[in-house]
This record gives sequence, C-alpha cells and structure tokens, in this order.
Amino acid sequence: METDKATVKYEYNPGTRKLFKQKAILGSVPLYTILLFYFIIIAYPLFWMIINSFKTTEEIFSNSWALPQSWLVSNYVHAWNTGISGYFFNSALVTVSTCLGTVFLSALGAYGLTRFNFKGKNLLLIFCMGGMMLSPQVSLVPLYKLIQVLGIHDTYLALILPYIAYRIPITILLIRAAFLEVPKELEESAFLDGCNTWSVFTKIFIPLNLPILLTGVVLTAYFTWNEFMFALIFIDSEALKTIPAGLMQFRDALQTNWGVLLAGLMISATPIIILFLFMQKYFIRGLASGSVKG
Amino acid sequence: MSIRKIVPYLYIAPCILIMGLFVYYPIVENFRFSFYEFSAFSPDKVFVGFENFLNLFQDEVFYIALKNNIWYAVISIIFQVFGGLILAAILEDPVTRFVSGFFRTIFFLPVVISITVIALLFSFVYNPNIGILNNFLSLLGLEEWARAWLGESETAIFAVIAVSQWQSIGYIMMLFIVSIQAIPRELYEAAEIDGAGKVRKFIYVTVPQVREMFFVATLLTLTGAFTVFNEPYILTGGGPGNASEVLGTLLYNSAFFKDQMGYASAIATIILILTLLVSLVQMKLFRTGKDG
Repeated sequence: METDKATVKYEYNPGTRKLFKQKAILGSVPLYTILLFYFIIIAYPLFWMIINSFKTTEEIFSNSWALPQSWLVSNYVHAWNTGISGYFFNSALVTVSTCLGTVFLSALGAYGLTRFNFKGKNLLLIFCMGGMMLSPQVSLVPLYKLIQVLGIHDTYLALILPYIAYRIPITILLIRAAFLEVPKELEESAFLDGCNTWSVFTKIFIPLNLPILLTGVVLTAYFTWNEFMFALIFIDSEALKTIPAGLMQFRDALQTNWGVLLAGLMISATPIIILFLFMQKYFIRGLASGSVKG
Repeated sequence: MSIRKIVPYLYIAPCILIMGLFVYYPIVENFRFSFYEFSAFSPDKVFVGFENFLNLFQDEVFYIALKNNIWYAVISIIFQVFGGLILAAILEDPVTRFVSGFFRTIFFLPVVISITVIALLFSFVYNPNIGILNNFLSLLGLEEWARAWLGESETAIFAVIAVSQWQSIGYIMMLFIVSIQAIPRELYEAAEIDGAGKVRKFIYVTVPQVREMFFVATLLTLTGAFTVFNEPYILTGGGPGNASEVLGTLLYNSAFFKDQMGYASAIATIILILTLLVSLVQMKLFRTGKDG
C-alpha cells in the first residue's frame, strides 16, 4: 500500500510502517463512510421498488419496509398484460430501428468525412457536430408541425426519424475518431485490388471498427429506450406508445394497484440495466469520449 | 471524373438531409414562429411582432419558471459537478480499489433507468403516507419535518430537483472517473514525496488535472438545468399552482394545452438564447482557463 503513506506525512520514515498502516486505515474511514452513505441513498429506493413490486397494495400500505410475506409474481404477469407488453414491443421496435439507422448513417457520414478531400468538408463537419449544441426542447413546436405536414404524426416514424437526427452528431463524432485511425495503406492496397470506395467501406471499415459501432449502438439504445418528451407528444395512439410515455397511461389505469405499478416499472427498467451491466465497457467509453470532445 | 467528385457527398448526404430537416430547419422555424400567433389546428398565422415576448415578460409564471430553472442550475452544479467529482476522487483513491468497481456500477445505475420509472418511483418515496422519506424522518424522531413533499408549494420544486440529482450524479461522476484515470501517476507520487495528504493531493493534483472535464461537466449540467422537462412534468406537472413550473413545462403547457403555439415558440427562443449564452460564457472561461 505504498500510496497510503501519504495520509500521514509526519511519520514518513521506514521505521514506523505499522503506524502507517493503522493511520492509513483510519484515514480511509471517512472515505468509506461517504461511499456507504451514498450507497444507501441510491440503493435503498431501488431495493424498495424491488421488494414492493411483489406485494399486494394492502401489504405495501401496512408494511412497506419488510420483505413480502409471499412473493407475488402475479404482479408482473398482471402488469405485462395491462399494456406493458405492447409498450415493450413498441420500444423494442423503435429502439432497434433507431440504432440501425443512426449507426449506419453515421458510419457512412464518417467515412465520407474522413477518407475524402473535397470542397466544403470542414463546413459539413461543423454542420454535423453543431447539432450537439441544440436541445430538442427548443424545436418542439416546429417539429410537431413538421411531423404533421410529413403525415407521420402518430406513427413509429414520428419517433425514429427525429431520434436518428438528434443522435447522428454524437455517433458520427465517435465513429469519425475511429475511422481516422485506420491506416491509409489498407485502403490503398484494396484499391489496387480493384475495390471501389463502397467495397472498401463495407469490407474494411465496417469489420475493422465493430467495437466503436457497438458503442454507438449501446449509446443510441440507451437514449431511445428512455426518451420521454417526443414519445409523449408525437404519438397519440395507445397502441403505438413506447414505455416511457406508456407508463404515464399505465399509472393512470392502475391508480391504486401499486404492486402491479411497481412491477411495471421493474419490467421497464430491466432491459437497459442488463444491457448496461453486460456492456459497461462500451457504454462508458462512449459517454466519456462523446462528452470530452462535445 | 465528375462522378468521382460527387462520391464523397453521397456518403454524407443522408446525414445532412435528415439533420437539416429535423434539427436545423425546426430551429430556424421556431425563431420565425415566435413572431406569430397561431393554433396547432389551423394553417393561418398572424404576424404579431414582439408581442409574444412582451406578454412573456409580463407573465409572472415566466419569472417563477425562470427562478426555478436557476435553482435547478445552482443545485445541480453543487451536487452533480462538485459531488460527482468528490465521489470520483474517492472511488479512484487506492484505498477503495477493492470495492470501487462495485460502487461505481451501483452509483451509475440510476443513469440508465428511464426518467419515467424514476419519477414514478419517487412519487412513492415522497408519498405522505407510505413514503420512504417520511418514514425515514420519523425513524430519526423528526416527525414534524414530514410533509407532502410534492404537494406543498414551498418544497415541490426542491423535491423535483432532488430527483434529478439522484439520477444524474452518477453520470458526472463517471465522466470524472475517466478523466482522473488519465492523470499520470507520477504527479501523485511527486505530491506524496512532498508530504501531501489525501485532501491536498485532491486539491493540488486532481482538481487542476480534471479542469477540462470540469468545464464540460458544468456545461452539460447548466444546459440540462435550463432545458429540463421530464422530471417536473411527471412529478408535479408544474404544480401545485405554478410553484414548480420550469421553462420546459411552461412551453409544453402553452403549446399543447392552451394551444398558443407562437407564445410557446417565444419561450423556446428564450431557452435557446439561455443555453447558447451558457455555452458562450463557458467557452470563453475555458479558453482563458487554458491560457492561464
């Protein structure tokens, strides 16, 4: 524990190693206290949600702190059948389409921006990046109008197209950085073999950069699965709502059936938590590199 | 030859088209709309000049909303940026290395959970009868502090802001963790040789080294604070009365409840100006920070 010496500066000599250790442990007590305190703040509400999602409403009322007397898995079945299954399907469909669209278009754009020299290149780059500065809230009214004019209001496209448009800047930024690293020689030898730019793109750039494309997919999925405002405003039909907007309806429908409501919340949160736990590395890399340069 | 010249544009065209249509065109349109009066259901627009803005500046709810957004900004900077930095420094301290992976994952979990789920969960946390918060206070013998947190106008906005902190501290923390991991170890070793303790190493090594991320985090937090919509909308709908209204909910209510699309566009223009101002000030500060 060589770095722990620093906690006790005056005893800095090799003879008092044991004292170091004790002081180092003592010095780490405040750190662990803070961690534990914050852990309770974060974990307790989540734990509360988990245990109460298996209870009857009466039990939540009488004793929301204890473990359930009997674990009511039926709450989950009930929630699933009260609309969550439909929202779930819609969310999955919109998320998959948005991810594929965003990553494919961004990869195309990044390829164009990194492997060619042409007039207006920098301007187009700024155009793509600039989108990151603009919040969707600001365009809400004109977007609403536009979506009506295009005749896609209350369809999946009313979500997918704006989502793709707002996710392109960050995704193109990620992919562009990776494409810039691809050695020129690879490309040149492929051209000598008679490949055109399209086959260089599909046979070299895509397979070579799968990890970064995956990062793009994970980040887009996270955004799309959780997006609320567009989902609330651009879709009216109950049958087309995604989870975040659908849950509002779900809450109103279940007024007092709290166990089932909590089960619905659990079902809605689980896929993206699992995605995160398994893909933590890609997730964090994406978040970090996106924000540093944004 | 001419075809070869077109090729690069073909690769970028889809991005440019979709962004032009759904990102840039609406921004320009919004600016234009804010000088008109119109309804969502009719094609007729009446040009009213600056009337929407004049009305807005005389609307007392606008000032309540603006004040709440400023509270949002101040509290978010304190908890997310400073709190996130401190948590990141603790998790990157060598003494916590055996547990830091676990805590990091747990602290980040709220970030990946949908805001709708979190807001609905917190409507339980704040519930006056069964809520965790009031239960917890009575456990500490502080029953008189218990209240309907979201239902009283003095506490509503702060209860809403607290939810946003709960969700987002982990995000900023993660950004700082990535940034701290990039600090050369030698700097810490040199500080140790000079006899610096944990606190001094934090102040004299960590803080200056994560300066760049500090500005990014502040920018993200401030922009988020002025465009916030989801949490107040789901938790209180801006109520009770207009006590927890923010610019985002005011915009939404004007557009989709009162059908005053022009007025809503004017609010959006104000939000755009505020966020651009924040970015400009940040960039200026950042540049001077770099020189110094």
